[in-house]
Amino acid sequence: MTVEAGERAARAERVRAVASGLRDQRGALLPILHAVQAEFGHIDQADLPVLADVLNLSVAEVHGVVTFYSDFRNTSPGRVHLRICRAEACQAVGAEALAEHASAGLGVGFGETTADGAVTLDQVFCLGNCALGPTVQVGERLHGRVNPARLDAILAEAAR
Amino acid sequence: MSERASGSSAQRERAPVQVYVPGDSAARSVGADLMAERLAAVAAAAGRPVQVVRTGSRGMLWLEPLIEVETSAGRVGYGPVAPEDVDGLVAAGLLDGAAHELGVGLVEELPWMRRQQRLTFARVGIVDPRSADDHLAHGGTAGLRAALELSPADVVEQVVESGLRGRGGAGFPTGVKWRTVLGAQADQKFVCCNADEGDSGTFADRMLMEGDPFILIEGMTIAAHAVGATEGYIYIRSEYPDAVATMTAAIETARERRWLGERILGSELTFELHVRVGAGAYICGEETSMLESLEGKRGTVRPKPPIPALAGLFGKPTVVNNVLSLASVPTILTGGAAAYAALGTGRSRGTSVFQLGGNVRRGGIVETAFGITLGELVESFGDGTASGRPVKAVQVGGPLGAYLPADRFDLPMDYEAFAEAGAMLGHGGVVVFDDTADMTAMARFAMEFCAEESCGKCTPCRVGAVRGVETIDRIRRGEDRAANFELLEDLCELMTDGSLCAMGGLTPMPVRSALRHFAKDFGVEAAG
Repeated sequence: MTVEAGERAARAERVRAVASGLRDQRGALLPILHAVQAEFGHIDQADLPVLADVLNLSVAEVHGVVTFYSDFRNTSPGRVHLRICRAEACQAVGAEALAEHASAGLGVGFGETTADGAVTLDQVFCLGNCALGPTVQVGERLHGRVNPARLDAILAEAAR
Repeated sequence: MSERASGSSAQRERAPVQVYVPGDSAARSVGADLMAERLAAVAAAAGRPVQVVRTGSRGMLWLEPLIEVETSAGRVGYGPVAPEDVDGLVAAGLLDGAAHELGVGLVEELPWMRRQQRLTFARVGIVDPRSADDHLAHGGTAGLRAALELSPADVVEQVVESGLRGRGGAGFPTGVKWRTVLGAQADQKFVCCNADEGDSGTFADRMLMEGDPFILIEGMTIAAHAVGATEGYIYIRSEYPDAVATMTAAIETARERRWLGERILGSELTFELHVRVGAGAYICGEETSMLESLEGKRGTVRPKPPIPALAGLFGKPTVVNNVLSLASVPTILTGGAAAYAALGTGRSRGTSVFQLGGNVRRGGIVETAFGITLGELVESFGDGTASGRPVKAVQVGGPLGAYLPADRFDLPMDYEAFAEAGAMLGHGGVVVFDDTADMTAMARFAMEFCAEESCGKCTPCRVGAVRGVETIDRIRRGEDRAANFELLEDLCELMTDGSLCAMGGLTPMPVRSALRHFAKDFGVEAAG
């Protein structure tokens, strides 16, 4: 067995274990997908037949669910995952300009990762911080009243 | 250091000063954690140990991070406090409640607080949300105890009589929904809480879950008793990791206290409660999509009928209510249906939790009886725009709600009054825009958002939203304007009439209201 094939087999085994541990929950697929992504950073195409097998679903059903939800990724994000709120309340205080600043500074669009793998930029519609916008989320951490200068400082801090 | 310590032995013997700093994610987003750390360090260095309790937020978000110090007169507030302000504040006597330019005085006496009627949010910002003892000390579980003294049918009638309507946006009478579920025959029933608070400008569900999670557990447990359900789910959006953590911890604590599980509070009631986390789909705030998602499927809309009250989660009779609806129930059981129904106006009874956001000087939570005017909220509570420029528009009720101009500030916050004005209250979010806002851009965004978030099940929404963006782009570029206005109106009519749910059905509301009230932005003198 090549190294790559060995890694694939090890991942499949681990994905099966995660899924088997949660499958007795009602409607277990979403909790399982969250758990797999938390462990591996993304849901791989090769995970789908394993999940389908554990849950007695078709691969098409699993694929349909994975692709419906914007949280589930098919590649791992950069070391820093930056999400900029583009909903109305943040737009009212300059979110569009902030998004343009981020995109120009990082040289990527929404859904993309910088070439060095440092930052993934995403848009999000509302983080529930509507009185303290513009708001961004770095990983799970919320930042309010973010102007372009503060965003640069937050990214520099996160990169350390 | 040792000299100073020996010199202040009298102070060291004092009990630690009780200090409150919000742990709410909004407060943390502007530096509450760093500030709290600094405060503990500076106070210790000054020989005045403090006990810092992390509460929810009072909802005066322009004051965050807010410090409250327990004094003999009550809690004295200081805000907004940056970490670098802490040394000066402690030196000036913060720990004794002394005056300071950042001081706001007794928090409970602030006009912003005194003018509200906080029922659902009564404990938020006051208690430690992780402490069951704190919950009990502030009247927690009284609603559940009262409900357990009543038969399920009597609990349902209390909720009917209170006039409570769904706070998620649809405004359906909560008690009537419960009556349907109670009357349904099934081997299993569910209670599901919709905490997929995706509307821009709304954050009350999040703040309640982070600030007083036990009230939601209590409301859901009362619902379970009222309809005969044994299992419940709280569907929280993944954008709210702090709310997920707080709710999960509270459920664990509630189990230990026998507020959940078997024989709740010694009664015959059994109810198990679970948190489920969404995955970034706005449409899952629509109740049938949420049920699909809870079942582990794509979050597409189900046609109604059958209604979820009869065939909901896994086809079983299911109560689906918003966070604020369920969290209003303990108060109704404690204070009585009549007292709750005495508040409000017309068919909008009780209090509602309004949320001020966007370009507003004083944003936050305003819980008050229905009937307060839009202008009172934006001008008296909100104090106008953050930028200091004139208010141009407010969007009420989230991304599917109408844009209203300042000359509609006379509108009372009331389900029917808003419907008559071609608008909706929705989940109570009010987003303020100043005169720099381009309403053609906001109309375009409404369509763009719908195109991005449509579940794709029905064509008017899936395709109509994309065509809407294209049409508004052509209008903005000045291409064949008369024909494109007609096309846009036609499209809006089709989406309103032909969509399966409110996503496609209400997206025309912000578009049409922007056209109607801000025709100038579209380069026309008046529009239909």
